Amino acid sequence: MKKVNRRNSISRILGTALALMLVFSTVAFAQDEAAIQAGEKLFKANCAACHKMDAMSTGPALRGVEARLDEDEGLGREWLYKWIKNSSGLIKSGDPYAVKVYEQYNKRQMTAFPTLSNEDIDNILAYTAQEKTTPPPPPPIEGGGVPAEAGVSTQVVLVALIVLFGLLALGLILVRKTLRRFAIANGTINLEEEIKRPSIWKAFVQNQFLVFVTTVFFLLGSAYFAYGYLMQIGIDQGYEPIQPIHYSHRIHAGVNKIECKYCHSSARVSKHSGIPSLNVCMNCHKNIANVSDDVKQEGITQYGVDYNKEIEKLYEAVGWDPAQQEYVNEPKPVKWIRIHNLPDFVYFNHSQHVSVAGVECQTCHGEIQEMEIVAQHSPLTMGWCINCHRETNVNFKGNAYYEKIHEQLKDKYGVEAFKAAEMGALECGKCHY
Amino acid sequence: MKSLIKIGVVFGIALLLTSCFDKSQPNYQYFPNMYESVGYEAYQEVKGVPYGEYAKYNMEAQIPADGSVKRGWMPYEYDDTNEGYDAAKAELTNPLAETEDNAAKGKELYGLYCAICHGNKGDGQGHLAKTEKFLGIPSYDDAVRAITEGSIYHVLMYGRNNMGSHASQIDTKERWQVVQHVLKLKAELEKK
Repeated sequence: MKKVNRRNSISRILGTALALMLVFSTVAFAQDEAAIQAGEKLFKANCAACHKMDAMSTGPALRGVEARLDEDEGLGREWLYKWIKNSSGLIKSGDPYAVKVYEQYNKRQMTAFPTLSNEDIDNILAYTAQEKTTPPPPPPIEGGGVPAEAGVSTQVVLVALIVLFGLLALGLILVRKTLRRFAIANGTINLEEEIKRPSIWKAFVQNQFLVFVTTVFFLLGSAYFAYGYLMQIGIDQGYEPIQPIHYSHRIHAGVNKIECKYCHSSARVSKHSGIPSLNVCMNCHKNIANVSDDVKQEGITQYGVDYNKEIEKLYEAVGWDPAQQEYVNEPKPVKWIRIHNLPDFVYFNHSQHVSVAGVECQTCHGEIQEMEIVAQHSPLTMGWCINCHRETNVNFKGNAYYEKIHEQLKDKYGVEAFKAAEMGALECGKCHY
Repeated sequence: MKSLIKIGVVFGIALLLTSCFDKSQPNYQYFPNMYESVGYEAYQEVKGVPYGEYAKYNMEAQIPADGSVKRGWMPYEYDDTNEGYDAAKAELTNPLAETEDNAAKGKELYGLYCAICHGNKGDGQGHLAKTEKFLGIPSYDDAVRAITEGSIYHVLMYGRNNMGSHASQIDTKERWQVVQHVLKLKAELEKK
């Protein structure tokens, strides 16, 4: 048989070419990928403090910066090397574009990065040159309906059911009555027999002991409920108003583990543990304008709140324009609703409980870091205060004020620890003056 | 039947009373004689304050007059500019002595206010950095920034770029205590 060597040579050449191309392109792609990954790491470590990929931050957005620079100014990578390594030097040397950028961004000085090699900068630029990938659309909400209103709807269903059953019972009673009347009229039921056999109600009334026991039971029961009702007047345990901005302690204190006293800093030093002013919000939210996609989705599905919109409310209140990264409008205070209220005749001081006694925030305010919306955890009644003063030891340790008195009491009574109550924390004048 | 109706009415009233508490509203009070404050409370809303920049928002808190100096406090004299930063970096020194008290307090305050981003070791690896909520936090041993006690204080006071001012949270002395702790962390980082 004759060998046919060149029968499908063209397709073979094409095939080989294709294979070669694929091999090389994947190699090139892999290199790119490595560069991008290295660049991402460098970007997050060095640049992300002031730059974001798609939004204005302290510095401009950086996606496609190299291409933009090339198109608009005709400046190449060499200029970027110089700029990143020593921007202030470049400005001082009078480079026109460098000076222009510096003026344009309110003379914010970019940190010099002489430690970055040209290769590092190449990697960062490879990372910034990436196309923007749109996140996949959020999965549909399971079960449908807005969960925030689930509580309300179950209540409505319950009430409807109760009404329905009530109507049914009423109907049955009426039907029985009518039927009975018919039966009596027809003579099916002998009235005289009925009288001989007293109804259960009459039998009960005739049994004086049973009546006595039931009356006592009812009296005790009503006393219990009346007392219970009177004792809960003026107690706001569970008070959970709707705040003007949906602030989530769960995210800030729970997920992000921000210390309580970061925002409520005056708890350390003042009688009031104040609500943080908005500049504390802006310490972080100047940089964080959007929550991550999964947090956003979680907020919408679980709490019916779009967290990004809530951050926008903050920006509106402080007059911050995220596009220009500047305070442009007049600030308006946020009217937070105070939950924990004590009457005016009580003196409570946060700093002496927090700083001196070292009481944990959660002891009085509950597991705040798990509350999406804050509710009052403790009753804040006088009995509750006194109970804690009776059970808690005074924190003598490292407190020079207590040194003398502690020594004396220790010698006299032979015990190490003293409850707050024993140190006079139950006297009227201590809290009520 | 009549007694049944009576029992029903009493029961209904009792039910109504127990369901009175609505958690989005404060509870009822019985003769609240001295519950509401007559004097002004901090953070309160006060209608009809005739003066002050924020009077129209009924804020109780008012801004003190410009240039006034209260007892036990001195104004900070460097400007919030690049020049002010450079000057503070070069000139400003810590007035506090290095005592154990100051060190302990500095460490505590650092844990409260700084560690969330800068990390307990000061290497820029705080919880928010690790979870990528807040990126690009430099380590204290960064050779280019070459922080000094003056520059740390200045940045705590005014903030810099994406870091905000922390002057409202910690006072002058506390800032210097934090500065001490930061310098200690810096020295430890540089040893490695």
